[in-house]
Amino acid sequence: MSFFARFAQNRGALIGLIILLAIIVMAILAPLVFPESPWRMVQRPFLPPMEVDGFPLGTDTMGRNVAAGLMHGAWVSLLIGLVSTLVALLIGVPLGAVAGYYGGLIDDALMRFTEFFQTIPNFALAIVLVAIMQPSVTSIVLAIALVSWPPVARLVRAEFMSLRNREYVEAARLVGQTNRTIIIRQILPNTLSPIIVLASLMVATAILLESALSFLGLGDPNVMSWGYMIGAARTVIRQAWWLSFFPGVAILLTVLALNLVGEGLDDALNPKLARERS
Amino acid sequence: MTDNHTTPLLSLRHLSISLPKGADRALAVEDVSYDVYRGEILCVVGESGSGKSMAANAVMGLLPKGVRASGGEALFDGQDLLKLSEKQHRTLRGLRIGMIFQEPMTALNPLMRVGDQIAEVFEAHGRLNGRERQKKALALLTEVGIPQPDKAIRAYPFQLSGGQRQRVMIAMALALEPELLIADEPTTALDVTTQAQILELIRDLQRRRGMAVMFITHDFGVVAEVANRVCVMRHGQIVELGKAQEVLKHPRHDYTRALIEAIPSNVIPEARGAETDTALLEVVGLNKVFRSKGGLFKAAREVHALQDVSFSLVKGETIGIVGESGSGKSTLGRCVVRLERPDSGTLKLSGTDFMNLQGEALRRERHRVQMIFQDPYASLNPRHRVGYAIAQGPMASGISKAQAFAKAKELLALVGLGGTDDRYPHEFSGGQRQRIGIARALAMEPELIVADEAVSALDVSIQAQILELLEELKQKLSLSLLFITHDLRVAAQICDRIIVMQHGRIVEQGSAREVFLAPQEAYTRELLDAIPGRDQELANA
Repeated sequence: MSFFARFAQNRGALIGLIILLAIIVMAILAPLVFPESPWRMVQRPFLPPMEVDGFPLGTDTMGRNVAAGLMHGAWVSLLIGLVSTLVALLIGVPLGAVAGYYGGLIDDALMRFTEFFQTIPNFALAIVLVAIMQPSVTSIVLAIALVSWPPVARLVRAEFMSLRNREYVEAARLVGQTNRTIIIRQILPNTLSPIIVLASLMVATAILLESALSFLGLGDPNVMSWGYMIGAARTVIRQAWWLSFFPGVAILLTVLALNLVGEGLDDALNPKLARERS
Repeated sequence: MTDNHTTPLLSLRHLSISLPKGADRALAVEDVSYDVYRGEILCVVGESGSGKSMAANAVMGLLPKGVRASGGEALFDGQDLLKLSEKQHRTLRGLRIGMIFQEPMTALNPLMRVGDQIAEVFEAHGRLNGRERQKKALALLTEVGIPQPDKAIRAYPFQLSGGQRQRVMIAMALALEPELLIADEPTTALDVTTQAQILELIRDLQRRRGMAVMFITHDFGVVAEVANRVCVMRHGQIVELGKAQEVLKHPRHDYTRALIEAIPSNVIPEARGAETDTALLEVVGLNKVFRSKGGLFKAAREVHALQDVSFSLVKGETIGIVGESGSGKSTLGRCVVRLERPDSGTLKLSGTDFMNLQGEALRRERHRVQMIFQDPYASLNPRHRVGYAIAQGPMASGISKAQAFAKAKELLALVGLGGTDDRYPHEFSGGQRQRIGIARALAMEPELIVADEAVSALDVSIQAQILELLEELKQKLSLSLLFITHDLRVAAQICDRIIVMQHGRIVEQGSAREVFLAPQEAYTRELLDAIPGRDQELANA
């Protein structure tokens, strides 16, 4: 059975994938559907949804098009989620691999370093980092990556510790492969499935973190994001429900889709391993 | 003794058990009929996948999910077990049918005292009160011969040895005085001397209580020790059924004959001389101590895995290192290939000091000693094609990719698996994987190969094939082998010389013939006597 066929066996995962693709298409089409900046004021403020043609989701407190904001915001939210996860993996995987493979003093040192990050609450650290670096897409991505790599390092370390004494790893050591080759070619491929699953959850968490930062006014002031939209609408939530409702639903759907896809990947990768081991 | 009883206690009639769709065959057990009489031991023998355990599971009502009895009947004292409800089955289990499993470590609850676990059996069937249960548990532990039963009753499973745990399992199975005892490979996970004791115990209890015993095993040596009657199974069908002595001495079916012949026999090994006398491997006074770090509340522990071990191996020679678990034989092997570093002593390979090599220098010299691992399932990376698995060694030592892959193909053909280099490990059987492991070791053109329990995870007939392959390769490539095994029979088959180890020390060493014919040490004699089926004359002896 092909990888996709196994993935598609999980109905939820397939639905998640479809939602995710729809959001990506939305992000790509944003500049074509709404060529103007989403920050431009185009109508009178507080226009409810479906009231005026061309404004299906209404306008916000400043008369900006909510639908345009939603589509442009998709790009930023996804970008921040994916890039910050990638950066977190780039930090966490090598660190965990080295700590788990070598053990001993190296492991102790690296794990104390990791714990240093883990003892500070994620969100507080992210706020501090963004505040120091000035809010921008880059600084937000960096801040989110810096607070979310420790779980990756711990997971990879645990996997490496259980795999490093497998007979096939010892066999590789015996034929004289270098430690680097053993880490990259022998052990890492066997740790991929839990990493992929964790990563899909991290993308979701990153989007939520960005929303929370924007909500506090620490978003990039030049780009529209879902979090910013909710944050700006919080004072008028009773008069204009649609301003926070639509971006909120968008975040909910994205996170749900990513969780479903992650679960599907887990299903698709794990039975294969089980079959190979049995 | 079976003749005095006319009605069988358990009678399987045309039993068929179907496997779920997608399994390698439709029926796990096909039209199987056999009887177990009171007061006899029936051995059900077969290799893995023969369906020998499935029939027992059906009797116990413990068939795995998706597997069900699809035809026939299993009459226990006239009652069809297959038609019982789960509740009726449960009252029968333990009360009238007892069962012992293969792995005594996982069959006991690790967090419960042994006495309480035995008492639980009475509790489950609402028998006796608390104090009587404990008293009965103590009596049972005494009966199964656990040393210091009054202490053992308060012990947790991890505090007991493998053999003692199996005795506890037997005590639990016997608690309610069942009429039928089903033993599923009860001695496979145990050392030979422990195995001999457990077999003795089962035989003894069976005689004393007049039970019927259904003994499932893969080992014809064990059959020779305990069986009154034998039922040989293959691919879910009965191949041969008859009195133990007759089947063992005059097997009628080819498969039975092949199985009996495949047992590493107790034929006395021929005297074989080494071809040259240049020492390839010199080991002098090797020591290795494993220390566990002590914590605040626990003392540091030291295990002397190797104590003053000395021997030498001549080029072209095969030395067998034999010992029970914990004897340090595997540590010795791992020290020789330098997966472990010995604490002190000398380890020389054709004159070069192999012990003090470190880092890059060690990596460059590693190709000179290779290892064949025990577990054919764990020793190949599940994500690498086997061609690559073999070729990566030569590639690491600087041979071009094309050359390395060509060599991998050649080696696969040499071990009888030509043209399979682009398959993944999970597409091979255990025996085939072990061949791949051998090819991988050969790819480095090593001076010495260490085989650590290389055949103990395999079925007897596969075991025989792998031993044959090693023998053949030895002739062809004049290999030197260090063959580590717990099985003296296997060692006798392939080794020129044998080293017997106990508690990290060498107890005895000598030519295989000497060790077998005239063992010098008490421990060696004990090991030899413990070999199941040794006193019996088997068909091929």
